[in-house]
Amino acid sequence: MKNVKLMQGNQACVEGALAAGCRFYAGYPITPSTEIAEGCAARLPQVGGRFIQMEDEIASCAAAIGASAAGVKAMTATSGPGFSLKQENLGYACLTEIPFVLVDVQRAGPSTGLPTSPSQGDVMQARWGTHGDHPVIALSPSTVEECYTLCVRAFNLSEKYRTPVIFLMDEIVGHLRESIQIPEEGSLEIVNRTMPKDLNAPAYECEPGSLIPSFAPFGHGQRYNVTGLIHAKDGFPTNSTEIAHNQVKRLMAKIDENLDDILSWEEKDTEDADVLLVCYGGTARSAYSAMEDLQKEGIKVGLFRPITIWPFPAKRLEELSRKVKKVVVAEHNNGQILLEVERVVKNNCKIDFIGKVNGTVITPDEIANVVKEG
Amino acid sequence: MSKMEIRLAGTGGQGLITGTIILAEAGIFENKFVAQSQSYGPEARGGMCKGEVIVSDEKIGFTKVTRPTFVMALSQQSFNQYCKDLAEDCFVLVDETIEVPEDYDHKNFMKLPILATAREKVGKMQTVNIVSVGAINEILKFSSYENIKKAVLMHVPKGTEELNLKALEEGAKLAK
Repeated sequence: MKNVKLMQGNQACVEGALAAGCRFYAGYPITPSTEIAEGCAARLPQVGGRFIQMEDEIASCAAAIGASAAGVKAMTATSGPGFSLKQENLGYACLTEIPFVLVDVQRAGPSTGLPTSPSQGDVMQARWGTHGDHPVIALSPSTVEECYTLCVRAFNLSEKYRTPVIFLMDEIVGHLRESIQIPEEGSLEIVNRTMPKDLNAPAYECEPGSLIPSFAPFGHGQRYNVTGLIHAKDGFPTNSTEIAHNQVKRLMAKIDENLDDILSWEEKDTEDADVLLVCYGGTARSAYSAMEDLQKEGIKVGLFRPITIWPFPAKRLEELSRKVKKVVVAEHNNGQILLEVERVVKNNCKIDFIGKVNGTVITPDEIANVVKEG
Repeated sequence: MSKMEIRLAGTGGQGLITGTIILAEAGIFENKFVAQSQSYGPEARGGMCKGEVIVSDEKIGFTKVTRPTFVMALSQQSFNQYCKDLAEDCFVLVDETIEVPEDYDHKNFMKLPILATAREKVGKMQTVNIVSVGAINEILKFSSYENIKKAVLMHVPKGTEELNLKALEEGAKLAK
């Protein structure tokens, strides 16, 4: 094996960000995401980037957006309590269409909760944390290697769709160390922001057939305004009902009409499964082992692991749910993805649920027992 | 060896998490799959602390130790918590200072003067984790001496290489 390293999930996220071209990080350290700030502080200056520790989470989110507005790929990282604080600026970036990557290494909540314990309690906050209808892309890694590769994809999607992307990690993968094969330089696709053909064109005008504007970063000669108010194509605020309607609809459509490009998931042994596990992030690790144990006993069990949590890979799950006897959802919260699974699966099959909120990890046995309950 | 689930438990500050990281690193040199994790938190500063590493020929699913094959305890509290209800073939290593109850009947059991070796033979208490790694590698034989040495050198502060290699050697001698 070439270039195999022992690496922690948080560290792999940093290396992935650098590989994607991230050259700016602003943050306020918080467990269990602190190693991302530490890693960026050490690594960014080595590649000509900048690291700033800001006074709080709100300011660090704003700083990342500001850097991106000037054309630099930017990232901030936090955990649940800080994620709450970043929501205001997250919405601002959605509406102003400024890309950046927001990492949330989830820990047990609510409030400051259990700082060092695993959780997946921010799934719905990732979807609806900031107010108003807004587009969301959230990705969830299950291995240290994926912390790297999926972080690259987070930047790519962010730049391509000009929208913030939430990298929804959890303490399980964030603090896990395992071997990772560092992809060779040039082997991963790197997406960079498009530039407008005409710098005199209105910034928020989309090319015919496109739902994504191509405005230039600040300082490149295009004149426009940036505001969190509903704005016209030049970026200045407006109360026009027509523009408001078109703007919100377009923001949603740029994600909804590109699901084939955005959605990703993993399927394991789903072909002839009687029972389908639905797990994501660190919990998928428990599911892999549960499957191994169950399959040794002759039980036909498969796994559906959403990698894009938002948008949710609904269509494929719906298809699979028609072929199985039951779906078992396991997650470290009180039933957040469960709501989405129920919405999608409806009455196609039975749904069982394991939701752990005590700060310990769902074990393979706990999953296996629920599968066997029939 | 197909799969080893190793747990090192003791007191915060003994460097046991680094110990598991070194074992994981050596595991990679031996072309194994590894998964290393730890208990994080206030307890890592003087209270009970544990590090875990799984070393396997196959890809690792669940990353926490569930059926330990090797447990080391360097404090009384960690012995009380982690050294019971273990599978028969699980190897238990404890420091000689641990008070083991008379009715403790786990067969696969070894007591070694790990703390005393770090303190007296190596001359620095901070090397207790490396003494442990030396002993563990000797007992489990999962890494060549060259590879474990390489792994140790990757994770000790500059200027302490010689001291730590001595600790590794003393640890290995203990378990021979």
